Amino acid sequence: MRMKYVLSEVLVGLWRNVTMTVAMIITMAVSLFMLGGSGLLYQKVGDMKDLYYENVQVSIFLKTDVQEQQRTDLETKLNADPLVKDVTYVNKDEAYKRFQQMYADAPDLVNAVKPDQLPESFRLTLNDPQQYKQIYDQYKTAEGIDTIVDQSKLLDKVFGVLTGIQNGALALAIVMAAAALLLVANTIQVAAYSKRREVAVMKLVGASNWFIQAPFVLEAVVAGLIGSILGLLALIGVKTLAAGSSMAALEGLITPISWSEIFLTFPLMAAVGGLVSAITAWVTLRFYLRV
Amino acid sequence: MTKTYPKASRPSLDNVSVSIEKGEFVFFIGPSGSGKSTIIKLLLHEVTPNKGRVVVNGKDVTSMRSWKRPHFRRSIGCVFQDFRLLPNRTAYENVAFALEVIGKTKAVARRVVPEVLELVGLGGKEHRYPHELSGGEQQRVAVARAFVNRPLILLADEPTGNLDPDTSIEIMRLLDRINRTGTTVVMVTHDSNIVNQMRRRVIEIESGRIVRDQARGVYG
Repeated sequence: MRMKYVLSEVLVGLWRNVTMTVAMIITMAVSLFMLGGSGLLYQKVGDMKDLYYENVQVSIFLKTDVQEQQRTDLETKLNADPLVKDVTYVNKDEAYKRFQQMYADAPDLVNAVKPDQLPESFRLTLNDPQQYKQIYDQYKTAEGIDTIVDQSKLLDKVFGVLTGIQNGALALAIVMAAAALLLVANTIQVAAYSKRREVAVMKLVGASNWFIQAPFVLEAVVAGLIGSILGLLALIGVKTLAAGSSMAALEGLITPISWSEIFLTFPLMAAVGGLVSAITAWVTLRFYLRV
Repeated sequence: MTKTYPKASRPSLDNVSVSIEKGEFVFFIGPSGSGKSTIIKLLLHEVTPNKGRVVVNGKDVTSMRSWKRPHFRRSIGCVFQDFRLLPNRTAYENVAFALEVIGKTKAVARRVVPEVLELVGLGGKEHRYPHELSGGEQQRVAVARAFVNRPLILLADEPTGNLDPDTSIEIMRLLDRINRTGTTVVMVTHDSNIVNQMRRRVIEIESGRIVRDQARGVYG
């Protein structure tokens, strides 16, 4: 009986001030979408770092006129180096094969290059990719070395951009959350004002505090949950759109975000949306209703 | 017991000590600002005294935690000068509302509400809205709402303040009848006519002090 009363009050409350309710839900949805998005991105960046840095290689290209002795010296030194996990030697023929594969689309270019023109190289896998600098300092002056290329330099740039996007989304989520918070507080104030007579009578006859507050708090929670559902739909929409557009080309680079990961962020969004709304409503009532 | 409001230059009630027995009918009289209404607020635990204690129904209200207040209020009925009815609810719904928000079922309301409306003399007008009722009838609804939960105490803050003399007398008869059921009635008023007719205990307050406490008293 009382549950029915509370629920009908919630619906009436949401409908009474419907423009404000819609504004509240939209702000909440955008905020939660941003939050969910940045959460997913955070996960992805972590996954990708593990994946890419694991396979990252340092290439030491040798001069074309490198001496046999210099090469063997270097190889022995690299094999003995505690920083290096694995060393692969790529001779001119292998380098040419790789070159052919890489530029299979451009036969003219491939025909123009002779195996002789490509440098020999050592491909190193490091125990810790972060220690590239030490390797570089150690070998840059060694005889017969042309250049040392570190793939992780490039990765750092990519991850820098991704982290930037993630931080931006998180910052926007927080700003939108602040707006949502104020809207919740305002909606609750308006609701409390329009029900001030009922509230006064309820206080007078001794209705319990939770019974007086429940409809208001639930009103905010329902709006928060609807907002989180809309935020989820937005995430689904973005994934669907991305899959069918130019973003699909990036799929090879960025590990794809799976549906299950998107759905797993929903509990987080719903919990944040519901809890933040409930707490805001409750605090507002403490000030405004003085029950 | 003393009550000073913040920012007030002098106490609203200054060293006042009063004892009201169960089943009594008491008038608090005095000019505006004398501290009469503060008595009602203290009894309702709407405000707490700065000094001294307020004991209602054997419970020390002064030290009562605020979360216990709702339950405590269920043993007190309240009637005000401005009726405080919900305009979008009928007489029946206004009274039933008071029951439902403290957890009584609709079945209980269906049994009890017509009974109490009959008692206050509104039989047959259950489904009128407040704006379809006269001032006296609206106050009867308010009395019904205050009494429906069978409180031990009925507080009335100038219940006849908005009513003409004849209607006021009718409301007083009603309060008298409620008093005869054993309910303690505490009424704040400055309606001298009524006080003189009823001949009940009169406590006169002036500038926060009791200047007179007289059984079967008159207005002064």
